[in-house]
Amino acid sequence: MKKVKYSMLGLLGLSMIFIGCNDPGKSSNGALASSAAEKVYIAPGQRDSYYAFLSGGYSGNLTVYGLPSGRMFKEIPVFSQFPTSGYGYSEETKPMLNTSFGFVPWDDLHHPDISQTNGELDGRWIFVNGNNTPRIARVSLSTFETEEIIEIPNSAGNHSSSFITENTEYVVAGTRFSVPVPQRDMPINEYKGNFKGALSFISVAPDNGRLNLEFQILMPGFNYDLSRPGRAKSHGWFFFSTYNTEEANSLLEVMASQNDKDFIAAVNWMKIEEYVKNGGGTKMPANYAHNVYDEETHTGTSTMKKEVITVDPTDVPGAFYLLPTPKSPHGCDVDPSGQYIIGSGKLSADITVHSFDKMMAAIEGKKFDGEAYGIPILKFEEVMAGTVKSGGLGPLHTEFDDKGNAYTTFFISSEVVKWNVGTWEVLDRKPTYYSVGHLMIPGGNSRKPFSKYLVAMNKITKDRYLPTGPEMEHSAQIYDISGDKMELLYDFPTHGEPHYAAGCPAELLEPRSKKIYRLDENKHKYVTSSPDQARVERNGNEVHVYMSTIRSHFTPDNIEGIKVGDKVYFHITNHEQDFDVPHGFSIIGQNTSEILVMPGQTKTSVWEPKQVGVWPFYCTDFCSALHQEMQGYVRVSPANANVELSWSLGE
Amino acid sequence: MKKASILMIVGPLFLLGLYVFPLWNIMLGAPQYPDPLGINIHIDGIRDVNEFDIQNIDGLNHYIGMKTLPKPEEMWEFNTFPKVIGLMVFLGSLIGILAYLGKLSHKWFLGWFLLMSVLGVLGMYDFNAWMVDYGTNLDPNAIMKLANPDGTPMTYKPPLFGHTKMLNFDVTSLPATGAWFMFTGMMLTIGAFFLGHKHQRSNKLFT
Repeated sequence: MKKVKYSMLGLLGLSMIFIGCNDPGKSSNGALASSAAEKVYIAPGQRDSYYAFLSGGYSGNLTVYGLPSGRMFKEIPVFSQFPTSGYGYSEETKPMLNTSFGFVPWDDLHHPDISQTNGELDGRWIFVNGNNTPRIARVSLSTFETEEIIEIPNSAGNHSSSFITENTEYVVAGTRFSVPVPQRDMPINEYKGNFKGALSFISVAPDNGRLNLEFQILMPGFNYDLSRPGRAKSHGWFFFSTYNTEEANSLLEVMASQNDKDFIAAVNWMKIEEYVKNGGGTKMPANYAHNVYDEETHTGTSTMKKEVITVDPTDVPGAFYLLPTPKSPHGCDVDPSGQYIIGSGKLSADITVHSFDKMMAAIEGKKFDGEAYGIPILKFEEVMAGTVKSGGLGPLHTEFDDKGNAYTTFFISSEVVKWNVGTWEVLDRKPTYYSVGHLMIPGGNSRKPFSKYLVAMNKITKDRYLPTGPEMEHSAQIYDISGDKMELLYDFPTHGEPHYAAGCPAELLEPRSKKIYRLDENKHKYVTSSPDQARVERNGNEVHVYMSTIRSHFTPDNIEGIKVGDKVYFHITNHEQDFDVPHGFSIIGQNTSEILVMPGQTKTSVWEPKQVGVWPFYCTDFCSALHQEMQGYVRVSPANANVELSWSLGE
Repeated sequence: MKKASILMIVGPLFLLGLYVFPLWNIMLGAPQYPDPLGINIHIDGIRDVNEFDIQNIDGLNHYIGMKTLPKPEEMWEFNTFPKVIGLMVFLGSLIGILAYLGKLSHKWFLGWFLLMSVLGVLGMYDFNAWMVDYGTNLDPNAIMKLANPDGTPMTYKPPLFGHTKMLNFDVTSLPATGAWFMFTGMMLTIGAFFLGHKHQRSNKLFT
């Protein structure tokens, strides 16, 4: 009996070992391969080897992660108010969220793209799009702050954006929803043939990144879903996937899924650029905001622009062609060589690959299959290079490695499929958890991908983490793609809803990341450049407090002579010149948020006291051992009081 | 004697390095300062190792009541030292030239070396006295008044030479490039003396 017991235990032990070997987190490449845990473990004090910038979707902001650890480093506020730093609440940043619709404190941030030179990531800026109230933003990759936001007129659902050409000549913004151009009061069911789809080309100044809307192409009223630049041999072209070529205006779920094939629109932007340069196009009245944040004045300004140049595609023959692509293509991805354009028909099982060379030959040979609104449709079989018979369902988006392989996400079958560019053979497939939307390989949308990690961004989280009620953060997975087979390494939650991401090697940004702003370069209109200039000035019922901070006091910290009904501007200048020593400012009853002031920076918070009393303010960022002492008082007197304006420190 | 005199002309010129390079370096590292803060002590003033280090050291030191690091105009030394060094370089090279012309004996080389050594020791004494004052003459209203285990008030004098632990900071104080220039120059002059001495002895042997 005893013997049986022992052998039972032995069996149990054996089965444990087998279970151990089947651990899905472990590599199956043999005994020498390091474990997945080692591959993602960044020891304390060590740093990640890649930056990843994940779109925050409906959070309106951009999140910064490290790879392979999956640790989140920062949320960069772009289109949404952000009380953590005071973005969109401080007087300096409110203009950044100005639009032709007034102050819009939110957007749906979709597709980050890092600036490039010669088709390779250069790490100067990252561009993102606001989908809802069409906007493009430029974020500095030295300060990791939003520097510029430009509104896109004649557009709606700014989705096939914000992708750049290979020398960052343009950032491109295409409309998802076609609309009347110019906007007017008309019956919705007269959509077909009347609505337009605007594709906007915004130039980027090479020295300072300043954006300017150069021209808009008014395309037929399809939905322009995603886009990618041509690169290397196809540089000068831009490719846009379309759906709803049926031009339905209701129940698109069914009505826009009727055509067997929609199109990838190929646009020769260099030709159009020349056409516009030679006086082509129509100047159209418009109204759109252009918001610029100046690093030296630490202040944003908003200007309304009143005109835009529009281009009718039929006026520039030879610049527009339509490539038939099955089943409402979503992704429209160009491989690193610039030769192949991958259309992912999202209602299909297969991936369609077009060839740039074949496209050029078909244009040359006029292999047309009719036209749409004057734009030639190329014959499908003349441009198609191959089909990937994946066996999956619902291909969405493709990125590339540097070994001639492509990786496509499949939403419906919830997997990433690796295939060879050229033979179209499927090499590997791995499940994702769950329903993957987009994926990112650092540099995967450039001439030079870095083929170490792949990040799959999933739409559904379900049981991957401890439950947090009905609302869960989305989830991402990191795969090691350095071997023949993909290896799932790690899961991590993502903030908002990432619709795409961009990544780059850490060494591209790490040395240039700014540590402080120089106080001696601060050109803010209300700077307090030394504590002896701290003061309070009254102008009618407007009061300006010039206040400085250093560990750990405000100068001044006692203010009297403020009255109910005043509008008090606290202009806080942080005098620290040490890395990572911000000071915050908040005051009781503030109708905005606190502000977080970086070393050498000036920020302004407005306070409108409504009650008589003595009201405290304090530093919100734990700045030193004496942070709790960093506080002050404002005496608020009745509106008709005669208390003299005075301020002090240490008296 | 010519070789020795040339050495004596060149040796003092090495002291000119003090006008370019720091004499002494003090570094302060702590867990929250993975890139340590540091000061370079030049003969004409104290400078940052990295920009804003002085401001940040002063910012930290105000908690324990230490004075701010002196600006050049706040210490006579920073005005006097460059003049003294200049004078010594001039004197040394002049001695060398005169010896080369046969107007002075090599004993003057030793004289210069000894004078320079005395001045050097006085300089170190003065430097140490300043550090004692800097580290112990604390503001009675300091935010933090710390005591040693025996109850005496804690002081913060940086070491003259070497490493010490002060609260959470590792403080290292070492001679810097300028000091090595001075050391080399002085060694050359003492070498010149011995060379001259040997030369004289061999001359005596032959006469």
